Amino acid sequence: MAAETQAPAAGAAGREPNHALRIVVVWLILAVAADLLYWFVLGPNVPPGHLGSAAQGQQFDLNVMSVMCIPVVVGVVWYFGYSLVTWRHREGDDEDGPPIQGNTRIQVAWITVTSVVVLALFGFGTYELIAPAGSGAGEGAAPIWNAPGARLTAAQQTAPWVPGQQALVVQVIGQQWKFTYRYPQLGGFESPNLVLPQGQWIQFNVTSLDVIHSFWAYQLGVKADANPGVDNVAYTKTQHVGSFTVRCAELCGLWHGAMFDSGKVLPLSQFQSWVSATKTQFATVTAILNKCVPYATTYDPTVIRQSCSGPVMKKLGLTSAGGGYYPPQDPSQP
Amino acid sequence: MAIETEPGKAGRTGGGEPGGAPQVRAWWARPALHTAIIGAVVGYAFGHWLGNLITSGYPQAATGGGSPDANDTPIVLGYLFLVVGWLAGMGIFNDLGRQMFGRPIADEHAEATGLARYFRFTLDHKVVGIQYLVGMIIYFCTAGLLAMAIRTELLSPAHHVFSAPVYAEIVGEHGTMMMMLMTSVILGPFGNYLVPLMIGSKRVAYPRLEAVSFWLTPAAFLILLTALPLGGFHFGWTGYAPLSVQDSSGADAYFFAFGLMGLSIILAGFNILVTVICYRAPGMRWSRIPMFIWGLLGTSVMMTLAGPILVGGTYMTLTDRTVQTAFFADQLGGASYLWQNLFWFFGHPEVYILALPGFGIVLELLPVFTRKPLFAYKVAAAGIIGVTLLSFFVWQHHLFDSGINPDMRPLFMLTTELISIPTGFIFLVGMGTLWKAKIRFTVPMLFCLAFFFNFLIGGVTGVYNSDTPADTTEHGSFFVMAHFHYTIMGGLIFAFMAGCYYWLPKMTGIKLNQTLGKWHFWLMFLGFNATFLPLFAVGLLGQPRRVFTYARSLQTLNDWVSISAFVLGFSILLFVINFVWSTVVVRERETGNPWNSRGLEWQTSSPPPVYNFEHVPVVLSGPYEYGVKDAPPVADLNPPGGVLTAAVAGSETERAEA
Repeated sequence: MAAETQAPAAGAAGREPNHALRIVVVWLILAVAADLLYWFVLGPNVPPGHLGSAAQGQQFDLNVMSVMCIPVVVGVVWYFGYSLVTWRHREGDDEDGPPIQGNTRIQVAWITVTSVVVLALFGFGTYELIAPAGSGAGEGAAPIWNAPGARLTAAQQTAPWVPGQQALVVQVIGQQWKFTYRYPQLGGFESPNLVLPQGQWIQFNVTSLDVIHSFWAYQLGVKADANPGVDNVAYTKTQHVGSFTVRCAELCGLWHGAMFDSGKVLPLSQFQSWVSATKTQFATVTAILNKCVPYATTYDPTVIRQSCSGPVMKKLGLTSAGGGYYPPQDPSQP
Repeated sequence: MAIETEPGKAGRTGGGEPGGAPQVRAWWARPALHTAIIGAVVGYAFGHWLGNLITSGYPQAATGGGSPDANDTPIVLGYLFLVVGWLAGMGIFNDLGRQMFGRPIADEHAEATGLARYFRFTLDHKVVGIQYLVGMIIYFCTAGLLAMAIRTELLSPAHHVFSAPVYAEIVGEHGTMMMMLMTSVILGPFGNYLVPLMIGSKRVAYPRLEAVSFWLTPAAFLILLTALPLGGFHFGWTGYAPLSVQDSSGADAYFFAFGLMGLSIILAGFNILVTVICYRAPGMRWSRIPMFIWGLLGTSVMMTLAGPILVGGTYMTLTDRTVQTAFFADQLGGASYLWQNLFWFFGHPEVYILALPGFGIVLELLPVFTRKPLFAYKVAAAGIIGVTLLSFFVWQHHLFDSGINPDMRPLFMLTTELISIPTGFIFLVGMGTLWKAKIRFTVPMLFCLAFFFNFLIGGVTGVYNSDTPADTTEHGSFFVMAHFHYTIMGGLIFAFMAGCYYWLPKMTGIKLNQTLGKWHFWLMFLGFNATFLPLFAVGLLGQPRRVFTYARSLQTLNDWVSISAFVLGFSILLFVINFVWSTVVVRERETGNPWNSRGLEWQTSSPPPVYNFEHVPVVLSGPYEYGVKDAPPVADLNPPGGVLTAAVAGSETERAEA
């Protein structure tokens, strides 16, 4: 059987089209067209946008990955389509196909190309991870890839903020089912709203009082898990004015789906007036907070509840570092 | 149990010793499903009573784990004795007792016919295969119905069908049931049934372990369902501490059932592993074993090695919840990171446990329906081995944003991306096999081809996830959810369907309706892609997983997805209808070799006789020699004694030479 199929194939080389050439040429055209279309039409609009430097880095990463992956997808789908049509079984043909057991050159080429692509992606991904200050992902308590002016000691984190020279430290405190934000360089007040100045490096110190949450400032390109007892640092630089959404990205109990709010990036002057207004608004609470629960990278909720929850709860009606906005062990509807 | 499988008895074939069979009692007095249920109920009652007795007078500490308004110890002990009672009622310990008193044990295949053997502790691997098949379809459909409920809730961001707690319970039940029970969806039915047939063996290595592994799955399934009356569990399938330590009593059901299923996959995997290594027929060299066996070999290695981590982790959480240990409580010296590490060290091999059997099935079926040898057999085997090994070195990519080991992220990015090299081998083999083939578009082949498309999308999006910066946006969003549904549902379940249509004539002697099969395929393929392709966009546009409400701007996409999901659900219903209609009502016989396959399993009759082969076959050539001139038949099923000895001696010399 094999001899029969191979002998006419050799004799009829003129009639048998050059499948490999056809497949490669059409694939190249399709791949280049799809890549160009992606890069210039879809690419600039790919999430998460440009609001934060981390977001912009992620968008660039997504686009580079897409430009590398689209030819792969197009190639495989095109090959399958071509072969399913060309080499479909025809009625009345009961012979087996040609007994091709393998092809060393193709196998070696395939393995080489996939290895090179994978290693290139690894190199690119690592560079992108390091270059813009850890790419907006949570880096733990001692980040190794820092934003400019951001390797702050504990004392510096509570010293007054100098815009443009230091990163603005914002402590994100997660609890079921609310994020609150503490600004240790600005007097240590704690706000339910996240407001940031434009054109500044922001250092988020993310922690939790009860279970694991994940702080996801979507348009800023920041995602950092909020673990109880852990300080998780992430950076981004706000690029222009705008608003962004904050969602919890780690299942944290019944009302995980409702754990979202929105934040704003304001020009520096407006940000500073917001700070003074908020300081005045929360003055009494801030005094109690700083006395009972001074700024720390992590908090022990059991200790907080014993020492401070009474006065803070009474004054504020909301708090997080004060502890016990909701009793942690008995989740109920907020 | 090792005593029963000692070589002397293992080699014994053809029924029990004369007069050795235990006397046959009335059906209701013999261990079967009904006695198992009685045993389970009695066991639970005893365990619950014991738990209350032990813990009476010990107040639950407020800082520790467990539900604050319930004592968890009686529940966990209840489950423990429920399982013991269930297994005892099933008659699993009877042979042990008989041996202790020096009485003859039951013959493996004493019960060769009849429906009742499917409801008993039966040692025939073919019966266990059918039990698994029916069980897995039931589990899959139950969890699938929960998915329909999820999509119903997500039809609207504002109007809620379910309350938030009920929605969280549904999400958790769906995820856990799929992820824990579907680990065995191919290895259970097709692995147990076909491995001995494909390697030319009359039996499996550990028939008792195999049967126990099956009878643990209904127990795990039912225990998981008991979470609902206990208040459910609200932490998805990942069970992150400390949320899971503090959750209501339904969480006990999650941890116990998951741990139990971990035990089941260890036993099932170990049995397949030893069977493949030790029970191959003469001439069944490593270079000749079918790709499906390679896939299962990788799967069972991962099951055996990753399963214990899961069992240990669930056990630690249960002690946190009952006897107030603090493995995962930060303020008491534990760490919530510990659970994440333990869980994903099991969990990442697990997702390859869910992928490799699919690789095996499609590579097994492609040569049959292209009428060509498999392209680059060794590359395919290397791909499966490569995925198996790498699967243990990637787990921290689930913790990219968690803040643990940030400096290790490039390493885990590398190991994760390396996996695409052996996965690429599978595509090379598939595409090479299609080259100049004679492709027959049968229903199993359609599912195989769809597998390649789905796994292509799933694999490529996996590369996006492995890239840490890109993953910062994708992590915990619907993007990840769509990605793993593409690999697991689009890979594993499509391959399972291919296996069903391909091997059911072998397993039952009955053919499934092919016209309904084509309807099923096209509805499932289109419904599946219409459901999960838009979810990549939904995730990138900022919708986190496991939420009951979402941004209004995403409602159109979510509605489209929900409606497609209902089409997908209907296609599965069509499969069930086809399955029941064909096997129960119409029963169109198909006893020969309907696909004209060279596979060894097709050389014996369908369904196979009790001991599979009359004689141990001598394998003469590989299973994929389609179109090879003068290829010998795949095996000599009736070897004369001398040939058998010569073949054994021959393979020994070959091994020595190699």
